[in-house]
Amino acid sequence: MDLLTLSGGLLYTAFVIYLIAVIFFAATIRDKQHEKKFTLMNKLAIGTTILGFIAQVGYFFTRWMASGHAPVSNMFEFVTFFGMMLVLAFIILYFIYRIELLGLFALPVALLIIGYASMYPKEISPLVPSLKSHWLYIHVTTVALGEAILAVSFVAGIIYLIRQINQSRTTAKTTWLEIIMYSICATLGFVIITTIFSSMDYKATFSYVIDEEEMTLDYQLPALFGPENGELTSEGKMEAVFTAPGWLHGAEAPRKLNTLVWSLTVGLLLYLIARVILRKRVAAAIQPLLKKANPELLDEVCYRAVAIGFPVFTLGGLIFAAIWAQEAWNRYWGWDPKEVWALVTFFFYAIFLHLRLSRGWHGEKSAWLAVIGFAIIMFNLIVVNLVLAGLHSYA
Amino acid sequence: MNTIKCSTCGHQNKEGTTICEKCGKPLDNDQQGTLLNMRYDGSSIRSKTKNRSIVDKIWNFFSSVKVGVTLIAIALVASALGTIYPQEMYIPQNVDPALHYRDQYGLSGQIYYQLGFHNLYNSWWYMVLIALIGISIFIVSIDRGVPLYKALKNQAIKRHPNFLKRQKLFGEYTAYQTEDKTRFINNLKKHRYKITEKDGHILAEKGRFSRWGPYVNHLGLIIFLLGTLFRFIPFMYVDDFVWVREGETAVIPSTSQQYYIKNEEFIFETYGNDDEDAIFEEALQNTSGPVPKHFETNAIIYEDVSKDVIGSEPELKEVKSGEIIVNEPLKINGLALYQDSYQLNEFQTMSFKLHETDDEAEEAIVEFTVDLTDPESEYVFDNGYRIELNRFYPEYELNNGEPRSVSNYPRNPGFVFFVYGPDIEEREASFLAIGQNIPSGDNQYKLSLTDFGVRDVSGLKVRKDLTLPIIGLGAFIFMIGVVQGMYWQHRRIWIHQATDRMYIACHTNKNWYGLTKEFEKLIDGTSFTMVRDQEKKNDV
Repeated sequence: MDLLTLSGGLLYTAFVIYLIAVIFFAATIRDKQHEKKFTLMNKLAIGTTILGFIAQVGYFFTRWMASGHAPVSNMFEFVTFFGMMLVLAFIILYFIYRIELLGLFALPVALLIIGYASMYPKEISPLVPSLKSHWLYIHVTTVALGEAILAVSFVAGIIYLIRQINQSRTTAKTTWLEIIMYSICATLGFVIITTIFSSMDYKATFSYVIDEEEMTLDYQLPALFGPENGELTSEGKMEAVFTAPGWLHGAEAPRKLNTLVWSLTVGLLLYLIARVILRKRVAAAIQPLLKKANPELLDEVCYRAVAIGFPVFTLGGLIFAAIWAQEAWNRYWGWDPKEVWALVTFFFYAIFLHLRLSRGWHGEKSAWLAVIGFAIIMFNLIVVNLVLAGLHSYA
Repeated sequence: MNTIKCSTCGHQNKEGTTICEKCGKPLDNDQQGTLLNMRYDGSSIRSKTKNRSIVDKIWNFFSSVKVGVTLIAIALVASALGTIYPQEMYIPQNVDPALHYRDQYGLSGQIYYQLGFHNLYNSWWYMVLIALIGISIFIVSIDRGVPLYKALKNQAIKRHPNFLKRQKLFGEYTAYQTEDKTRFINNLKKHRYKITEKDGHILAEKGRFSRWGPYVNHLGLIIFLLGTLFRFIPFMYVDDFVWVREGETAVIPSTSQQYYIKNEEFIFETYGNDDEDAIFEEALQNTSGPVPKHFETNAIIYEDVSKDVIGSEPELKEVKSGEIIVNEPLKINGLALYQDSYQLNEFQTMSFKLHETDDEAEEAIVEFTVDLTDPESEYVFDNGYRIELNRFYPEYELNNGEPRSVSNYPRNPGFVFFVYGPDIEEREASFLAIGQNIPSGDNQYKLSLTDFGVRDVSGLKVRKDLTLPIIGLGAFIFMIGVVQGMYWQHRRIWIHQATDRMYIACHTNKNWYGLTKEFEKLIDGTSFTMVRDQEKKNDV
């Protein structure tokens, strides 16, 4: 068996183990024992998580050996690594605070992230000259770790919000909470629909003309939105239902729009099914499970994760980034969209810390901020790479 | 200046002080029962006490955290706006930005351009915004940092019972043994608390340095921002560019003609030509065009050692040689040369022959080679023929039917030749470019391209940035400050020894959870019970 196959197998193993760990964490909630006791179930849950983490570390290093460079150089590799760091950040914070609920929410988020990552091309890609530097490892790994620790603050924040927000009537807050639940469904929708059609090897090719040049575009999902003046060239595949609006620029914009619409639709379907089964708001259905959670402790974790993550992110995302940029592109700062959004993230968490430490924004306010912060990180990871394309767009 | 006299110890406190500097008695008698505000240890803050002159008002404006946070929020939104469309530096160099934004992005692009967002980060208002943040950081640090420093430096050991009673974590103990107190103090020492004692009253303290974290990181930011300003001082910063052709020696710009660079060879490799690239096969198939693997310039740097005589020929002495690779610049005398871009296979020479138009064998009458970097204007031959290079367009294009050259680089050469000869009446003109050979009329003779030579051109960035050490220092100090303030806490525990009882109160500037956990360990082996969290009683 070659290293690359082994590496893929290890990642798959890690994924399954994380799934099992989630079940164990769910079982700890049902545990009637006192909160402070470290029961067998707790040991099983965290033990399984650590096992999964070790398997994923195995994936990381075998892939490194296979490709000759640290696997953090394209979208699949980076997002997978981000998921791994999220698990690591959770393990660290678990040993400080011993909150099982954190695992019950952090691991599914990590699973979703790893699932999302594996929708991107998984082949090993060559490094262009500017990426050939030790700073690739140093910069990218530190950024991923920093963002992962910040993501834990989002997890703690969302648990806090679901537990604390009054669900007896519909308010702006409950609506926003449902929007977050829906976004999670949409991500899941993306993973599901992409997996279904890629297992069927679906491929529809459209040809179209832009600037008098003949172009083709491959769809891996049935085309709801085709390119302007596009013509289907593959046989037996679905014709495009609509035409992507002309103001969408970029070579693959129609396909990206198509994928987005698919994800949002499947996500909506999943969300509606959940609503029908639960017969109440999703967050309202989760709320009773969180009775045992200590909101002050959750608030503390939410803040502590930012306090730990902010310096790590600054170091990796701004300082190491600047040192490498100076080496590779001979300027430490160039206002590339990715750089700007790292700065936006920095500004945002600086505001978070000032509001909390100087103006007493605790509890709910700070939990909402943690959610917005995570949205900014995800924006930088997904939208900036795929839409705003600059020097950092790997996929 | 107004003062407030403490009713217990008689100490004269500065106006705005909320906790007596000497005995620690809360000076806000009307707020009994509520917790004390421990920020800045109750010391007098300038911005909270003075608001008379214009200076006070400006000072108070900038020292407000609300204003600071608002400024950062505006900078956040502004920065994000600049990423909607590419900035001017990322659009093609040879287009008019006004047209480019309109053509590429339509009406919204035009508005974007009109608002100046295409060059947002260099706009005056963005710089003013960052400068305002810098001023705010500076003023707030002095406003809060100095009184806090003084208050902590001179803090009293013995605190008034009311001070302890109004702390978040508080305990009152009547039945206890002396051993309990000794044990407790020993535990404090074991947990690295610094103990000071006065008449049985105790102050245990650790991690005070973490209180300076915010001021240290603010200092770092100020140094950083000043560093970026130094870039505008001419000798501190050089940003230039030079194209050097293979075999050519060019003067390095911004060195006052002191240094020259010779491009010995430019090496360019792509993926897929090597056995070790086999693992990338799948990825390479999915990309259009070759993926560059490595490129470098083998360069020699010369210094002009001729005595400064204007117009004298430079006298070149080799001072350094080596490869310039991406991520590995070549440095000379504070100047760094970076491998930036390249132009592969640029035409260097073109060879032509002259033959009779209707000669199918195209037998050459004369042959000549044009050096495209330095073309001669006339080529004279012994057999009586003479060819004049009337017009040369290094990078030729047709602009409204008129030929012109886009640049001075021979990327797509176009020529207008005049041919003179013994059997030609006046002259015969013809235009030649790649894929084109247009005679001026019914020409007797024809020119044909026979051969060409190419070479690579290496694009090098010439950089000097003396602001880097300052910026690096600022960033380093910032990181130290952030870690110092975020990863440590300032914890204090007071013991007030009354005649029949003992009070214990705890304070930390952050991470109350950690302090509570620690207190559980501190009372280990004593009869003391856990301190009460006085904030919680409202919830129950």
